[in-house]
Formats: sequence, C-alpha cells, structure tokens
Amino acid sequence: MKLHEYQSKRLFAKFGVPIPQGQVASSPQDARRIAQELGGPVVVKSQVLVGGRGKAGGIKLAATPDQAYQVASQILGMQIKGLTVKQVLIDQASDIQQEIYLGIVIDRAQRRAVMMASSEGGVEIEQVAQENPQAIIRVTIDPFLGLRGYQANQIAMGIGLPREQFREFAKIANGLYQAFQAYDASLAEINPLIVDKDGKLLAVDGKMLIDDNALFRHPDLAEMRDLDEEAESEREARLAGLSYVDLDGEIGCMVNGAGLAMTTMDLTKLFDGSPANFLDIGGGAGADKVATALRIILADPKVKAVLFNIFGGITRCDQVAQGILAALDQVQPDLPMVARLVGTNEEQGRAILDQSPYKLITAQTLADAAKKAVAASKADIARA
Amino acid sequence: MSILVDKHTRLLVQGITGKEGTFHTQEMMAYGTQVVAGVTPGKGGQWAAGKVPVFDTVQEAVEATNANASIIYVPARFAADAILEAADAGLPLVVCITEGVPTQDMIRTCAYLDQKGTRLIGPNCPGLITPGESKVGIMPGTIHKPGPVGVVSRSGTLTYEVVYALTLRGIGQSTCVGIGGDPIIGSDFINILTLFEDDPLTEQVVLIGEIGGNDEERAAEFIAAKMSKPVTAFIAGRTAPPGKRMGHAGAIIQGGSGLAADKIAALEAVGVQVAKHPEQIPDLVAANR
Repeated sequence: MKLHEYQSKRLFAKFGVPIPQGQVASSPQDARRIAQELGGPVVVKSQVLVGGRGKAGGIKLAATPDQAYQVASQILGMQIKGLTVKQVLIDQASDIQQEIYLGIVIDRAQRRAVMMASSEGGVEIEQVAQENPQAIIRVTIDPFLGLRGYQANQIAMGIGLPREQFREFAKIANGLYQAFQAYDASLAEINPLIVDKDGKLLAVDGKMLIDDNALFRHPDLAEMRDLDEEAESEREARLAGLSYVDLDGEIGCMVNGAGLAMTTMDLTKLFDGSPANFLDIGGGAGADKVATALRIILADPKVKAVLFNIFGGITRCDQVAQGILAALDQVQPDLPMVARLVGTNEEQGRAILDQSPYKLITAQTLADAAKKAVAASKADIARA
Repeated sequence: MSILVDKHTRLLVQGITGKEGTFHTQEMMAYGTQVVAGVTPGKGGQWAAGKVPVFDTVQEAVEATNANASIIYVPARFAADAILEAADAGLPLVVCITEGVPTQDMIRTCAYLDQKGTRLIGPNCPGLITPGESKVGIMPGTIHKPGPVGVVSRSGTLTYEVVYALTLRGIGQSTCVGIGGDPIIGSDFINILTLFEDDPLTEQVVLIGEIGGNDEERAAEFIAAKMSKPVTAFIAGRTAPPGKRMGHAGAIIQGGSGLAADKIAALEAVGVQVAKHPEQIPDLVAANR
C-alpha cells in the first residue's frame, strides 16, 4: 500500500526524523492561509501516488501567500500520470546546500533489510545505480540487532558528511529504520535528505510503501489508503478476495492461481491477442466469487472474449462449471467465451458447460484455449 | 529417496484441527503420507482424521511420535510463530503453506532458522511431493507419477499444469517442490537445485519461475557453475506491467528489475531451454533424455 509524501514524512517524524513545517491544503485559499501561517517562502507539492511530480510541474516554489494561492490553483486539479491532484502539501521552503538519498529496501536474495545512501540525492536511485553505482553505500541490517552505530557512521562517511554531522545523521538513519520496522514497510525513502545553509539535516521528501500482508496489524495505516491508488475495478476485486489487475487488451481472463493466470495472459499475447486483465480467483471459488469476477471482467468495455482457465486439483471442475453457469445466469454476458477445465471431474465439468444455453467454446489444452479465445475475439461471432 | 521427503517422512501437521488442516491431512493420508501427529494449542488429547493424535505443542508431539517434518496450515498472523516453534522443537524440515505472512516476520524467521539449521519450504507454497512415497502439501496427487525429473517452482496451479503435461507424456517426477510466491522464502531455487544435482534419482530438472526479484538470474549463475544435469524452464509474466503485484506478493516488477525477459535471457545464456508455453516442456525434457 502506497502512502503519500505528507503521510510518510509525519510517520518518520514520530521517530525523530526532522521534517519541514507544513500542512496539507485542498484549496488555493487553504494554501494561502497556510503559507501565511508558516511565513516566508513555501513549496507547493502535489500529493499523488506517482513519481516524477516535479518533472510534471507538480512541485513549485511560492515566495508569498498570494503566489501560494496562484501556484496551488494551478497544481490542484492537474493530471499527473493519470491521477488528479486533490491535495497539495505546503512546506516551509529550505535553503538547500546538499541533497542526499537515504532509503531502506528489502533485499530478497539476502533476505534482509538494506539501508542505502548516496550523495546524489534528489535523483531517482535506480538512475544512480545504473550510471554511478559506486556512489551508493549499502549496509545490511541485522533483523535482531538493528542498525548498528558504526553502520550509520559508515554511511555518513561514505556520502561525505563531515564528522560534526555524524550524530545528527545517525539519529535520522535510526529513526528511518525504526519507522520501517514499526510500520511493516517494504520501502522507506528520504529523497532528498538535505543539508541546509546552517548545516542542519532535514527530510524534505518522504516515501513509504506498507507491506499489504501486514495491514491486518495496522488498522490505522489501512485507513489511510488513498482509493485513487487502484482502479475501481481493482478495488472491487480486492474487497471480494480476488487478485485483479486491469490491462489494455481484449481477452478477459479468469484463472485459478497467480502463476497460471500470468501464463494465461502471456499465451493470449503469444497467439496474437492481448490480455484485458490479470485475474486469480484462488482456490475453491464458488458461484458468487466466479460471478463477481465475471462481472468485473465484463465491465471492461475493451473485452471482446472471455477465457476461463481452471486447473482443478482440490477444486473440482464440475463445481467450477456450476459456478460459471450460475455466474452467466446472473451476469447474462453477450460475448464469446472459451472455457478450459482440467483436473478433478473434468468430464463432468465439460458436460455441464456443453449443456448450457450460453455459447461456451471448450478446449483441452492451454494453448488451444488461448488460440480459440483470440480467434473468437477477432471474429464477428453471432451471440447466443 | 529423491529429495527432502520420502516414505520415511513422519509428518506433523500444525493447525490440524482447522478447516484446511483437517481436509489436507485426510488428503495426504489418502495418498500414503505418514501423518503421525497434529498440533493445535489447547486441543491436545483429541484425535484428528480418526487416528492422528493431536498435541498442544510441537515439542510434545515430536517427543511422543518422533515426527521429523512439519507442515503448517495456520493463519497468516500466527504462521511465523508456528515456524519458529517447529524450529525450536528441532525439526529439520518445515513446510509452510500459508499465504499472507508479513514480510518482516519472514525476515526474522528465516534469519533465526538459518541459525538453527532448520530447512523451511515456503511460505505461500503448495508444499512438496515425492510421487508414490510422500505428499507434504496441497497438490493433487493423482497428476504425479514417479520418475527422473525434478521440478522446482514458485507457483501452485502452474506447477500442476507442467507436472500433468509431463505425466501425460509418460515422464515421471522425482520430487516436485513449490518454493512459494513470496518475496522472502525459506528455500530459493539454488537451495533446491543443489539437492537435485546431488540426488541420484534425479536426471534433469524443470524450473518454473515468474516476474519479481532475481532468484532465476542467480539460479542461472549456479546452473552454469555447479550443475551437470540439464535444466528446462518456463517463466510466467512476460506480459505483466511494471509496478503491479500479480497475485503473488513476490511477483512484481520494480525499478526496472524482475522482468520475465531478463530472467529468460539469463537462463538461455547458460544453456537452459526456456519453453514458450508450459505444454512445450515435455518435448524439451524428452529431447534431453
């Protein structure tokens, strides 16, 4: 789950990370009022869950409260990478002398949290990793011992901070790691961490991704979810216990199992079609879940054919077939559909589908099913 | 023997009295797995599936029955704790089926298990099976048959798809291991490939990967340096978009890495044949024999 910049920074601040004074505004009037209260120049920052806000014109300085009003009225309502800006963060502007990258990621190969830092702050870290990998310092954090003092110093020295700043930096590094742990983050980043003209460190930007698997133990964070993060269809699917990702193609897919669902998508492309979605209905899906899944797929206007690919192990194919029929009765679709059911009770499953009044094309192999679905989507087939 | 589980495996089921635990215990026993004990805290003294003694703790269960492996069907919020309990009771092998375990729980759990020397398969996996001998998981037993091909996979039903295709072709499997779909797992591809390379009953290996992380790339390096046996692969997610989690917690392309195309390239560069679709795998495997 993604958190906004202002949310991430406030959570970092709870663990001693210094952040600029600032407040969120959802109108230009609010922006002006906040700028007035803060005094001095401010930065108006769009709060949307995508990167590249600055490049898109979504982050601007404002020298006076009136300018803050004008800048906010430009940025609010702006579209950045498909998302509408509904809120802006008005932060006190800082006099930036140096920009540092500081972040914590999960290294899957090591199975550890790793803290990374670079003296090339303010730039995408992946870019630095590509162009100048020696500029990145990494320390692996022991999950039981936490970030060691000497590791924080190692980073500070690696990014060229003077000795006088080691202590302040260590406080920030520790605070970031504590937040990372306390909130079950999968990523926690300060980019940039700046040094101002007085030599003080300040987290001018912040980003945190929360592990979806851990949200059950962070109801307060779960409440902070920005519904714009997902498409409406994805949200509906998530709430129904389905895994769904909206794509651009025309073959709607319904599959049991994530790996098999990705494979099914890939095969539509292999046979010259294109997947409209990823959808994993999971194990033991009953009629209601299948119906919800089908409704979500068919709500997508791009879909020209539907491909069901079910490998029944514990899941019985005859039950899945009943579920599909019950779903078709509920949803009454008007599109060609290809159903491939393999595994336990597959003959019974296929027989049930063959007897249905809906025009269901059956297939034996995965490749065959994908080819038929692509052909059906391209042909002008008379509906049943 | 094949790898990890065989007819001598004495299995303990953690969470045996739950819905999943009950159902799968019956299925495993029907396949021929020796299920010797179950554990549900507070329900010690009961019997599960008619004849499996239930204990309050893993320690008691191991002492009473000499169980030498555990399978965990426990909800996500308690699963890491269940794994730790199994490790503390000295079990050498723990298989965790549960999906949804918090990632940082798994960072701590894997670090602890490394210290104890306990091998973990999973979490978020279907388990493993040595056909004809022992099923320690939720896979359908009937699609498997004993034979010389080792299978290692991050998936569930996709693995079944491949195994079924092999079985229909008359090509049997030595052991099939589901390592799971999470970003932090107990055993990675290299861990399992090492075992297959050393197993006299395994002649070649099928590797089933997907987007996210760099386990396949690291496996490719291992295959080039350390494996003599042929490896055939399939990688799911060529059409996955960046930045989106595709079902499995570990199936996500982030910051330009974890792409299917890169994994396929890394494997092909070391001589692994990568199938264009899963039903092609039996052809590729047959050609290696």
